Amino acid sequence: MIRPPRFFAALVWIAALALALASTAPRAQLTIEIIGGGGTTVPIAIVPFAGEANYPYPLTGIVGADLARSGLFKLIDPAGVNPRPARADDVRFGEWTARGADAVVVGSVTPQADGRVEVRFFLLDAVKQTQLAGFSYVVAPSQFRPTAHKIADIIYEKLTGDAGVFSTRIAYIAKQGSRYELLVADSDGYNPQVIVTSNEPLLSPVWSPDGTRIAYVSLENKKPIIYVQSLATGQRQVLANFRGSNSAPAWAPDGSRLAVTLSRDGGSQLYLINADGSGVQRLMSSAAIDTEANFAPDGKSILFTSDRGGSPQIYRLTLGNGAVERMTFDGSYNVSPRHLPDGKGFVFVRRDGGRFNVAIEDFATRQVQVLTQGTIDESPSVAPNGKLILYASANGGRGILAAVSSDGRVKQRLTAAASDVREPAWGPLPK
Amino acid sequence: MHQSSHRNFRFTLWAGIAIAALLAGCQTTQTTDKAPVEERTPSTGATTPGAGTAGTTGSAVTGTAAGTLGNPLRDPRNVLSKRSVYFDYDSYAVKDEYKPLIEAHAKYLQTTRTARMTIQGNADERGSREYNIALGQRRADTVKRMMLLYGATDTQIETVSFGKEKPKNSGHDEAAWTENRRDDVVYAGE
Repeated sequence: MIRPPRFFAALVWIAALALALASTAPRAQLTIEIIGGGGTTVPIAIVPFAGEANYPYPLTGIVGADLARSGLFKLIDPAGVNPRPARADDVRFGEWTARGADAVVVGSVTPQADGRVEVRFFLLDAVKQTQLAGFSYVVAPSQFRPTAHKIADIIYEKLTGDAGVFSTRIAYIAKQGSRYELLVADSDGYNPQVIVTSNEPLLSPVWSPDGTRIAYVSLENKKPIIYVQSLATGQRQVLANFRGSNSAPAWAPDGSRLAVTLSRDGGSQLYLINADGSGVQRLMSSAAIDTEANFAPDGKSILFTSDRGGSPQIYRLTLGNGAVERMTFDGSYNVSPRHLPDGKGFVFVRRDGGRFNVAIEDFATRQVQVLTQGTIDESPSVAPNGKLILYASANGGRGILAAVSSDGRVKQRLTAAASDVREPAWGPLPK
Repeated sequence: MHQSSHRNFRFTLWAGIAIAALLAGCQTTQTTDKAPVEERTPSTGATTPGAGTAGTTGSAVTGTAAGTLGNPLRDPRNVLSKRSVYFDYDSYAVKDEYKPLIEAHAKYLQTTRTARMTIQGNADERGSREYNIALGQRRADTVKRMMLLYGATDTQIETVSFGKEKPKNSGHDEAAWTENRRDDVVYAGE
């Protein structure tokens, strides 16, 4: 039975963030709200884990917030069920189906002799009366947030068939006055860490495929220069600082090299460069602007933006034979292509009238669907499961981040107090 | 994806507790929590002043006759004190009204072989940040090419782009955009 779609269900659901907004948190911490509901949602009851109230972090609260934020789940209130089940065997399925829950999560948090805790959880199908997953983790209490995200990832994957991305991280740029910060945070906006600060603009952060480094562009030396910075050590090195402008870094899927836009030989053109800055190699020669490269997941082709046809459009370069094919035809401004992780399509920004919106195109059908309705939506970045697209938008004159599902149904807004935020980059799945 | 009903879950039956997978699980978790991103924070460009309008607000103009007359680049009556070339939306075509300015700077470079300049291209706030970097670069390259035709040499001119990142006018209307679609000429040492 498919429940009726609830497009843009008006509930404004604010992620439970109250605790973490301690005074020490950077002001660029993101707060995420859902501003549009999805179609079909899975009704799920998450029973507070036995023993979790003894710890300062509401473990099941984090799991529930993750799932609700995805727009694909509806949380069923477990209040009143007595006694609360903590193990799979304790669950009386009729109690949950009567409340409309199709899935039930139960679990426990048990202290260990060494100070760590054992977190056990079970995911059950209340309708088929079967267990879908059961896991146990022994972790330090300080690991509750990542453990909760991992549990949410497992539930998401079991119930939707797609990988969960709650354990991933995002990078973004915050601007406060004349100060720019490159930050990395958990996918729910928590734990923002400042990676770089500058009094000159920062832009175009991109994660290395293994999630250990971020390449970005800085104007600190009065021109665009590309840096690569290690997240573990904070050390950075210049990737490209040639005569002219150096920008638009894009990692190859194997992380060994990047595609970049350089103007060192005249005009903005595409080059390959090794991740240590060596081995610069020109990809193409055109009299036009070529920029915004993005590798296909198989590394065999590159999407890029070019005005070779008279207006900025998206093209595909096949690396094996150098063939170039135009991919967008509708409209006079189609830019910023990013592949979907399954390689079957790409998202991009199109201008229609005076508006800039994120759209998605399928390679096989060439069909285009516009996903967003803002006036200035830009810099899309696709989640590693391909289901959500983060992008920069504006609200009341301020830069915010927003997310939309790849079918356009689920919409989220991510704002940071007192900062303009922009240039989001979704990190890879943790190894 | 999820339009398939929740009845179509993949019922991979994970009978029992996969304790075996757990050790690996908690290892990963611990790695995640090491917060590996906070160790060092390079602070960059902390004292770099805005460069976009260099030359038009030179503090060297102290009003002494010798100061202004001695430096044609700063003499407000000299065309060389004019440093900005403005463009139409989405365009890098140089309008005729800027040709005397471009020619004058080119001739200055031709006669002052030690002089070096940077042409900084800029774009208005509409559209992709990276495409605007390329558009600003194109605007700077176009003016450079004209200067080469007028007698400057390639090594004297570096062209760079700030895209839409350093707007002269922070407004969001046509007047601001007009002001921000611009090349600035900055001489070395200014």
